[in-house]
Amino acid sequence: MSHRAKRQTACFLSLALLLVLLLLLNINTGSIHMRPGEILHVLTSRETADTQGQIIWEIRLPRLIAAAILGGALSVSGFLLQTFFNNPIAGPFVLGISSGAKLTVALTMIFFLGSGRSVSSGGMVAAAFAGAILSMGFVLLISLKVRNMALLVVCGVMIGYICSAITDFVVTFADDSNIVNLHNWALGSFSGTGWENVRTLTLIVLPCLLFSFLLSKPMSAYQLGEGYAQNMGVNVRVFRLELILLSSMLSACVTAFAGPISFVGIAVPHLVKNLFGTAKPLVIIPASFLGGACFCLMCDVIARCAFAPTELSISSVTAVFGAPVVIWMLLHRK
Amino acid sequence: MKNLSLRTEDLSAGYDRSPVIRNISLHARPGQILTLIGPNGAGKSTLLKTLAQQLEPLGGTVFLGKNPIKSLSANDIAKSMSLLLTERIDPELMTCRDVVATGRYPYTGRLGILSAEDHFKVDEAMALTHAMELSERPFRAISDGQRQRILLARALCQDPGVLLMDEPTSYLDIHHKLELLGLLRRLVKGRNLTVIMSLHEIDLAQKVSDVIVCIKNGQIDRMGTPEEIFSDEYIKTLFDIEQGCYLTYCGSPELPKSVGKPSVFVIGGGGSGIPTYRRLHRQGIAFAAGVLHKNDLEYPIACALASEVIAEEAFEPIGDEAFENAKALAGSCDEVICCLAKFGTLNARNRELFMHRNALCPQRMRQRMQEYQ
Repeated sequence: MSHRAKRQTACFLSLALLLVLLLLLNINTGSIHMRPGEILHVLTSRETADTQGQIIWEIRLPRLIAAAILGGALSVSGFLLQTFFNNPIAGPFVLGISSGAKLTVALTMIFFLGSGRSVSSGGMVAAAFAGAILSMGFVLLISLKVRNMALLVVCGVMIGYICSAITDFVVTFADDSNIVNLHNWALGSFSGTGWENVRTLTLIVLPCLLFSFLLSKPMSAYQLGEGYAQNMGVNVRVFRLELILLSSMLSACVTAFAGPISFVGIAVPHLVKNLFGTAKPLVIIPASFLGGACFCLMCDVIARCAFAPTELSISSVTAVFGAPVVIWMLLHRK
Repeated sequence: MKNLSLRTEDLSAGYDRSPVIRNISLHARPGQILTLIGPNGAGKSTLLKTLAQQLEPLGGTVFLGKNPIKSLSANDIAKSMSLLLTERIDPELMTCRDVVATGRYPYTGRLGILSAEDHFKVDEAMALTHAMELSERPFRAISDGQRQRILLARALCQDPGVLLMDEPTSYLDIHHKLELLGLLRRLVKGRNLTVIMSLHEIDLAQKVSDVIVCIKNGQIDRMGTPEEIFSDEYIKTLFDIEQGCYLTYCGSPELPKSVGKPSVFVIGGGGSGIPTYRRLHRQGIAFAAGVLHKNDLEYPIACALASEVIAEEAFEPIGDEAFENAKALAGSCDEVICCLAKFGTLNARNRELFMHRNALCPQRMRQRMQEYQ
């Protein structure tokens, strides 16, 4: 086995180990303390009748599964966008895609709750996807005019601000009953995730991830630029469309369930690429997923525990850890 | 060896439906280098892009071997034709070997994992381009010359029959230009490759190509072997050279001559006068040269730079007419420089000219010019 293969295997194993540790830590953290033996008992007996069982099965487990899957989805979505724009600071949050999704979800929620109906998780995802695609469309339009990547990112940030402003506006004039609901969600949080949500998001995220993984080959061709990719037999137009749809779907899904979460999409792929010493999609897509899952689980523990019983919004925690990584990355680019 | 030719029939292409190139019919054969030359904006890159299927033709057909290229799948085209582009690539965290290995993609499966044979081909291509020692270096960290070698290795391990290259020598210094083109020459014969490339260095195009295609205003202006194409007058018209000229015989471009009544007369021959011509020309001093034989190697340069040249027919001793003309002209100049150290039977009368005007030797002249400055 070559040196590189050994390094990558070691990295995969350590990430997997870290994920397991974080899962255990997550299930063991919260306002009600339980001993590991009790938790093991609840998990193995599938006992949901008592309080402990309720907490583990109905609150902690779905939440940590959602955090892991959505974190992974967000990182992969970031990696796809970075490949698409050939720019390491592209990401769903920076380009305004998350904010676009947030806007449409807020509008949908207000509309449905206002008329006294509830929104299914599938409906939320559909709304978020529409918003994500809308923002993405704007970014793409700009990218046709602007070749400069820094400028494109600035435009993305502006789109994000516009969407957030409209969201705030809408929220301000929404009925009182909706506001609490909306406000929590708009800040970003994994709290209140139930099994139904987990089922929906798994059904959406896993096929998207699989599809992304199958795009590894054209993606690595595309890393050499459009001209060479085309010469290697990649249908560039179709491939670009696939990338856009997949990354929008993944980030829309995250936004629909947990609100906009910042910096994960940039920081995690960057850390993972440096850890593995390669940018090969075949390695980085699964590695980003694992890394993103770990990152979000860690941030969620902190969000819950740092100022317990008050819970922080997940986005502020990811920003605290993610933003320095991004700054460090910008400073160390050649 | 794939022995594929690339042929076009009445090809036209361009952007937004307005054709940049029109009626292009050319035929590139295995074992040959076909070079596109022509002025900037003539459509060379557009033509290459169309051949590479990156630009949809507006009319006409491209044939790869016997088949219209449209009838082939993207993967089949990838297996028969590879590219070396001018666009800069900046692949993140890729070693040189990784970049070369991308050439094997059309041969790999769904996930792009290389087989043992693929690895062998990668090594082979890197050895061919003498790039083995770069193997584990990050692609971003190597020089332009090395990058071009890596990209050529990439193109070769794609195992193509046809190789398209857009300005492969741009960014390269002369050492690497010669190395790259020398390598290409060997590969073309060794692998029976069909090469189509564009070059700005027409002196190199003249030396490396089997076929030259001259593109002007989006059309083929002329096509043929370098010997058929290259003449001073034709290059001048092809590139619309208004100032200066291009000497095909020497492969050298020359700046416009200094005009006016000559103030220095240079006696040269056999190449001895060239440094003095260049020095005077740089200083902007108008000068005359003579008596030169028309087959002297410095005759074209003297014609390009001197405001007047007195010449004698090839292989003839200097005759009375040329001698008298030279004497009169030298008499009207302020200074006469003699660059010749030895005289032979054919130019014996240059010695007479030299004695007649008590000419300066080039060293003395150099001092004199430094005094001027």
